[in-house]
Amino acid sequence: MKKTIALLTLAAALAAPMAAQAHRAWLAPTATTLSGSDAWVGFDAGMSNQVFNPDHAAMRLNGLAITAPDGSAVQPENAMQGRYRSTFDAHLTQNGTYKIANVMGGVMASYKLNGEQKRWRGAAAEYPAGLPEGATDVQATRTASRIETFVTLNNPTDTVFKTTGEGLELVPVTHPNDLVVGEPATFKLLNNGQPASGLEVTVARGGLRYRDNPEESTVTTGADGAFTVTWPEAGMYWLNASVRTEGQGETLGSNASYVAAMEVLP
Amino acid sequence: MRLLPIVITTVGLAAAAAPAMAADLTVSVEIPRLNTASYHRPYVAVWIEKPDQSAERTLAIWYQQTRNNEGDGKDWLKDLRTWWRKGGRAMTLPADGVSGATRAPGRQTVTVPAARLRGLQPGQYNIVVEAARELGGREVVRVPFRWGAANTGAGTGSTELGAVRVAVSR
Repeated sequence: MKKTIALLTLAAALAAPMAAQAHRAWLAPTATTLSGSDAWVGFDAGMSNQVFNPDHAAMRLNGLAITAPDGSAVQPENAMQGRYRSTFDAHLTQNGTYKIANVMGGVMASYKLNGEQKRWRGAAAEYPAGLPEGATDVQATRTASRIETFVTLNNPTDTVFKTTGEGLELVPVTHPNDLVVGEPATFKLLNNGQPASGLEVTVARGGLRYRDNPEESTVTTGADGAFTVTWPEAGMYWLNASVRTEGQGETLGSNASYVAAMEVLP
Repeated sequence: MRLLPIVITTVGLAAAAAPAMAADLTVSVEIPRLNTASYHRPYVAVWIEKPDQSAERTLAIWYQQTRNNEGDGKDWLKDLRTWWRKGGRAMTLPADGVSGATRAPGRQTVTVPAARLRGLQPGQYNIVVEAARELGGREVVRVPFRWGAANTGAGTGSTELGAVRVAVSR
């Protein structure tokens, strides 16, 4: 019994760095649908209670990647980390859809060394070599977090929707820059490349400060990992899902989360 | 003397026959005169829509044709949200006979000769007019009409658009 409690405490301790995500992480564009020969889009990224309202902590953008329609990487410009939000711009020069994603992952482990409880964090490649000699009672979890959004200059394209097979990923059936009030939109979630079935997806609309009802909803993915949302109102929406599996012995546990910001137009 | 009426009849026949071969589509759009501190002419798109609301083709798109210190006129085409999503974003602009400069308040007319609508199947359609104005609003007006016989239709907007009239001449 005592052991169970200890384990639970341990699990809580392990989750602590992720507990920051009890605050919601978001990466929001200033515009998603653009026209002309080129365009600039600004992005804010933060962790907060109310989605898109910067009031808690700026997001660290160590894993930021902007992918152009042709697959090339775009350098973020005018990057700045404020108290409550990180911000940067992207200059869109190609026609089509861009993906802006902050992808982080690694291994979190807890172990005992000389009877003392310790924790370790590092890249997946450094595990388990990164643990000190003589570490016992090792419990490790592989983490994968993907926070992304999409913007389109002129006609939408789907070249940036290629998945990597790592962590939770979204496969759009409906284009994420083609969302309109009242029309159903379908997306699929994959976990390590496999359909993520039975997953609860939270759908929350921004602008909560100016209304009383959170108007949040959840939808569960089907056997093929697909879920459908019919947008009740225009606005910037936050979609989130996460999946967690416990480790067993040598097998690492996993903790994967996915966040997208999608704009729905009237 | 007896020849004259015959000549007149022939001319009359020819005049009557010509529209039978070529039915023109005329759309008139009233751009309201608005009393506002900073008025900019609206961007306007006029297109034919099938009953399922998918776009058949764009007849007119009026936008700023030049670049100024605020940007290129095309930068704001996306503000015609409905048109942009339903086909505008897939077009290459400027488009011959379709794109033009923004129009002043008053009645503006778009006449599309039948030759340009060759291939349009007879049937029920909508004319959709969408207007979006800088520092102003956006409005969409739909007017049903039939292609294949002479008929007219009318609709009206309430904020960014006035009366919209559609006429098919035979």
